[in-house]
Amino acid sequence: MTFLDPLINGLSLGSLYALIAVGYTVVYGIVQLINFAHGEIFMVGAFGALSTWIVLGQASANLSWWMLPLMLVGGMVVGVTVAVLMERFAYRPLRHAPRLAPLITAIGISVFLQEFVRLFYGAIPGFPDAKAAVVFPQIEFFTGPAIEFGGAVIQRATFFTLGALAVSWAFLWFFVNKTKIGRAMLATSQDPDTARLMGIDVNRIITIAFAVGAALAAIAGTAHGLRYGNIDFKMGFLAGLKAFTAAVLGGIGNINGAVVGGLVLGVVESLATVYVPGQFGGAAWKDVWAFVLLIIVLVFRPQGIMGAKVVDRA
Amino acid sequence: MSKKTMVLGVAALLSASIALTACGSRTAETSAATTKTAKIAVIAPLTGDLSVMGLGIKNSVDLAIKQANDAKAIPGWTLALDAQDDTANPDVGANAATKVAADKSVVAVVGTLNSGVAQSVQPILNTGNIAMVSPANTNPSLTIGADPANPKRTYPNYFRVCTTDAVQGPFAAQYVYNTLKLTKVAVVNDKKPYGQGLAEAFAKEFTKLGGTVVDNATVNKDDKDFSTVISVMKSKSPELVYFGTEFQLAGPMSSQMKAAGLNVPLMGGDGIYDDKFIALAGAKAEGDLATSVGAPIESLASGKSFLEAYKAAGYKDGYSAYGAYAYDAANAIIAALKVSLPNSADAAAARPGTITALANVSFDGVTGKVGFDKYGDATAKVLTVYTVASGKWVAKATDTAK
Repeated sequence: MTFLDPLINGLSLGSLYALIAVGYTVVYGIVQLINFAHGEIFMVGAFGALSTWIVLGQASANLSWWMLPLMLVGGMVVGVTVAVLMERFAYRPLRHAPRLAPLITAIGISVFLQEFVRLFYGAIPGFPDAKAAVVFPQIEFFTGPAIEFGGAVIQRATFFTLGALAVSWAFLWFFVNKTKIGRAMLATSQDPDTARLMGIDVNRIITIAFAVGAALAAIAGTAHGLRYGNIDFKMGFLAGLKAFTAAVLGGIGNINGAVVGGLVLGVVESLATVYVPGQFGGAAWKDVWAFVLLIIVLVFRPQGIMGAKVVDRA
Repeated sequence: MSKKTMVLGVAALLSASIALTACGSRTAETSAATTKTAKIAVIAPLTGDLSVMGLGIKNSVDLAIKQANDAKAIPGWTLALDAQDDTANPDVGANAATKVAADKSVVAVVGTLNSGVAQSVQPILNTGNIAMVSPANTNPSLTIGADPANPKRTYPNYFRVCTTDAVQGPFAAQYVYNTLKLTKVAVVNDKKPYGQGLAEAFAKEFTKLGGTVVDNATVNKDDKDFSTVISVMKSKSPELVYFGTEFQLAGPMSSQMKAAGLNVPLMGGDGIYDDKFIALAGAKAEGDLATSVGAPIESLASGKSFLEAYKAAGYKDGYSAYGAYAYDAANAIIAALKVSLPNSADAAAARPGTITALANVSFDGVTGKVGFDKYGDATAKVLTVYTVASGKWVAKATDTAK
């Protein structure tokens, strides 16, 4: 084993965190809401991708590489739909309510989505029971034998996960900085009231923020399925918590911060597993080291690694 | 609706319900003169990850109770099932136990699935004098206490029909070293009482036999990503990975090991001996190994009749890894109830007598001879090694542990 092995494993895990963390950060940047149900969008997106395969590929056991884009689209459609409905019917009525109300609502939605998938996914004819972990189709092109590279072993799904993060990040950069809607998002995040006076439909921008976050979470859900071979109804909880940590670590509200925070968190977890010796080492302690890092960063930089030092509006 | 009509309506409803309950209790009294009801409770995970195994336990106990009622096994008494969900969580299990102990019609409990849950359920049921027979707890300390060198029975109400990790772990180690002739293994556990106990017992025996444990790792029970643990193991080139855990972690571990190029068999205990392990591990599970308690049910004549009866009863879920043990556990309780119930005024009064009677139970069950030693452990110590071949668990070797 070289130093590269844990580093690559960590980057791969960190990419998943980063993809989910973007959703927390985009929504927070615009409405100052910690959407704790975002982890469930990751889970719902993975189930959407699985459903797409069941409908289109299962009968013929089709595992060709081109099934993946279809699954990604399927996952994104489901994830975005759920996120937009969630915004419209759960958060929008609470837009001017005290801050605690949407937070508690988020936890409620999270429980609702988990239980909904657990109880009703298997009830659809032809779909597997989701009360325990469900097997995710293994597309040979993306999950086949590992590749040896310079002494390190790289799983194929790692390439997909890292690639997905790179493409999503580039797309997001372009979308936020170069398009009209993106600039409207920036304006809304700076000052929603003035943005409205300038003719920006703030409600529409908020919906778009939820949709963008959900699309990335659905990609992460599909990548998770490919990499680990199975998905389950409660996978969103821990992943969401870690991604939220990553968003805070990187500086919540900052998209680049979410990506950096996710990658740092993944790499620290992975390196801590390998290099911390003795009783406090090993996989059992990796979460402890991840949170120790979070505390240290927040003590010295309360705004996170890349967060801007602004007057706190939250 | 005005306030007045509402009051009237509520009054009408109340009187109606009083009238109904009155009829209800009258019929109950007349039927109670002929048969009294005693409940056998099941405490097992009926929802969540391990519900596959928990539902198998529940259905098998249900089957045993129905058969006993059909045969009128205990004159003057009808048995009933009271299933409680512990979600494989010690706190939920403790609540279920409290509920069961408070129910005066419960005489005994079949459960739990998880050793970790049993730890919190045992003392509560012991205080209530309720006999508890586990079909699946394999952690040794549940019967002989924390110090194996100085065994001391902790709870007189606790019995189990399966063998323990103290037997299962070494049995697996002997098989790997003596039969498979492998000398280098990596050992992983999930830090739950079951997984840790099993992995430690395996490692200890394997080292004693002369083998080398090249890596000792732990993972968290909610982990999805094992890639780093696998990288570390791979660098130490083990010939086999022994994983003390249940199928929901072992399946993904097996598939990730092979995806990362660590192409050696994964071995585990009875917790991974389930079809769901093969589904989660995927096509590359071929050659993975598991030990499980008892002989394969299909190989015993009594086992075949259980399988037929289970199938005929038409349960939605399969009997899973522990169905047959749960069936034996329920029958052990029913055998004890034949002694304790007839002389008791009600179910609660029969509780202490059931515990005494259980200690002397002995019969041929579907998994082999059923009986308990002075600690409450099963006297039979038969184990089987299974391997995955063509996507199915296949028995490889059955032996009595030394």
